[in-house]
Amino acid sequence: MSTSPSLLINTANKRYQTDKFAYCAKICAISLIGILCAILFALFIHSNEALRVLGAQFFTSNVWDPPGEQFGVLAAVYGTLVTAAIAMVIAGFFSITIAFYINAIAPAWLYKPLRITFDMMAGIPSIIFGMWGLFVFAPIMANTIQPMLQNTLGALPLFNILFAGAPLGIGILTASIILALMLIPFMTSMLTDVFSAIPMAIKEAAFATGATLWEVFHAIILPYSRSAIAGSMMLGLGRAMGETMAVTFVIGNAHKISSSLFAPGTTISSTIANEFADAAGTLYPSALMALGLVLFVITMATIFLARWILKSYTKERL
Amino acid sequence: MTNLRSFKNILFISACVLSLIIALCFMISIFTTLITKGGGAINWQLFFASTPSPGGQGGLANAIVGSLVITTLAILLATPIAILTAVYLVEYGQKRRLARIVQFANDLLLSVPSIIVGLFIFAIVISRVGHYSAYSGALALAIIALPIITRNTEDMLQLVPVQLREAGIALGVPRWRITLMILSRAARPGIITGILLAIARVMGETAPLLFTALSNQFWSLNLNQPMANLPMVIFQYALSPYQSWQQLAWAGALIITCFILITSFISHYFLQARKHS
Repeated sequence: MSTSPSLLINTANKRYQTDKFAYCAKICAISLIGILCAILFALFIHSNEALRVLGAQFFTSNVWDPPGEQFGVLAAVYGTLVTAAIAMVIAGFFSITIAFYINAIAPAWLYKPLRITFDMMAGIPSIIFGMWGLFVFAPIMANTIQPMLQNTLGALPLFNILFAGAPLGIGILTASIILALMLIPFMTSMLTDVFSAIPMAIKEAAFATGATLWEVFHAIILPYSRSAIAGSMMLGLGRAMGETMAVTFVIGNAHKISSSLFAPGTTISSTIANEFADAAGTLYPSALMALGLVLFVITMATIFLARWILKSYTKERL
Repeated sequence: MTNLRSFKNILFISACVLSLIIALCFMISIFTTLITKGGGAINWQLFFASTPSPGGQGGLANAIVGSLVITTLAILLATPIAILTAVYLVEYGQKRRLARIVQFANDLLLSVPSIIVGLFIFAIVISRVGHYSAYSGALALAIIALPIITRNTEDMLQLVPVQLREAGIALGVPRWRITLMILSRAARPGIITGILLAIARVMGETAPLLFTALSNQFWSLNLNQPMANLPMVIFQYALSPYQSWQQLAWAGALIITCFILITSFISHYFLQARKHS
């Protein structure tokens, strides 16, 4: 099944150096790199004005005042990072346990239906999650979950700040949960692949010594796939940060940084989605482009890191 | 000691089962909401009437057709480039440096936030032309479909045995003919899977269409004008105060979810066929 280039194919490749078809294929391949560079370049050109006029203030201020032509990214960056991080932690816990269940605990006949279910769920468009979040989940949050959290954990030191304020239903926490819900199928599929790639012999050896499921998970599977899990979670984080529609419905779109997770906030992508079409003048659209540039750089850095971790994992294991 | 061990074990297993049940409950809730709210709004008018004025009665015909047109155009744009890229990566690039860079670029492109793609197309097309258009929406969706099809085709070409290529070369067949006549047939299920996955992904994308194709309340097949499409109509109508618009949004959500689930189910069927062969 390997594609290790045989001697014959290499010779044939040399003979057809002038092959026009190969030339076309190469141009298409290079165009992929071109698109990536073009995105960076176009965002940079169009955000030039905002960066020039606002300068460093753009990165250090959290004031977002379109009529007064004051723009600062901090509130949006804060919202993006916090929602994505909370979503990643929730989704990480759920997808690791679910993937382990699918792989090791579930009866054989359940394996396939569960895999197909989660693979299909991963394809549901984010706007559906957003609508469901606004119309079904937000009222549940406001009426049940948020008061419950305030009454139980809300008395503890740190939590009385995090869970302060009126239970509105929409806000940072709701957006994080909706994001986590979107990430769970995606990360579960990925982690199920990771767990099933672990050699059976290692697991069997552990079971043969009398290890329980928890011990096998804790002492064999976790150390073995640590970097793959980290890589998958980083991929999830990258996806969560760039997610637009699911967040736009439930975040509340308020340009402020609040210590409470119940308070409405905003993310980079939801700010762009909400405001770009109505942005008048030249500085306002340019500031939104600059916001896009920030998002692009953050997500690409995350994905870069994720791929690097995953690559070192596969290199280690093969 | 044994008790503690089995206690930990039981705790862990119940955590696993509980997270599965919670996740499934959320999924079931999403589906029942879609079916109860969207199913009630499904009728014949939906498929034959255009989107109504505020508070009026109407259907989603223009949005459904618009979505199909934009998606088809995007896939037609992306597929040839994606397949040629995959051919370059597997057949010609092999382990060369350029091929590795392209592979990495493809990985990155796969995770570019879709709203950034929308901004990009706005920057290079809309800001120059001066008006929203269906073809710019298709262009944005093509950029999203491109890395998906490339990845799947590449994986599939990797699986084609080297002997098939060698057999062709031994007969003196040029490499482009080997690719077109032999490899494309061997890799066909994988390519179709990739295209179906790309359709499923692109069909529900809203963010790239916000500043490109926009939407259109009226029936329009002019590619140079804003065109109605399901995701945008759902987005606009769901957040509107009108009861009839919200109902249409749920109906649209149900239609698009069904379409995507069917498409990805078929693509899984193709994946199955690939694994057995």
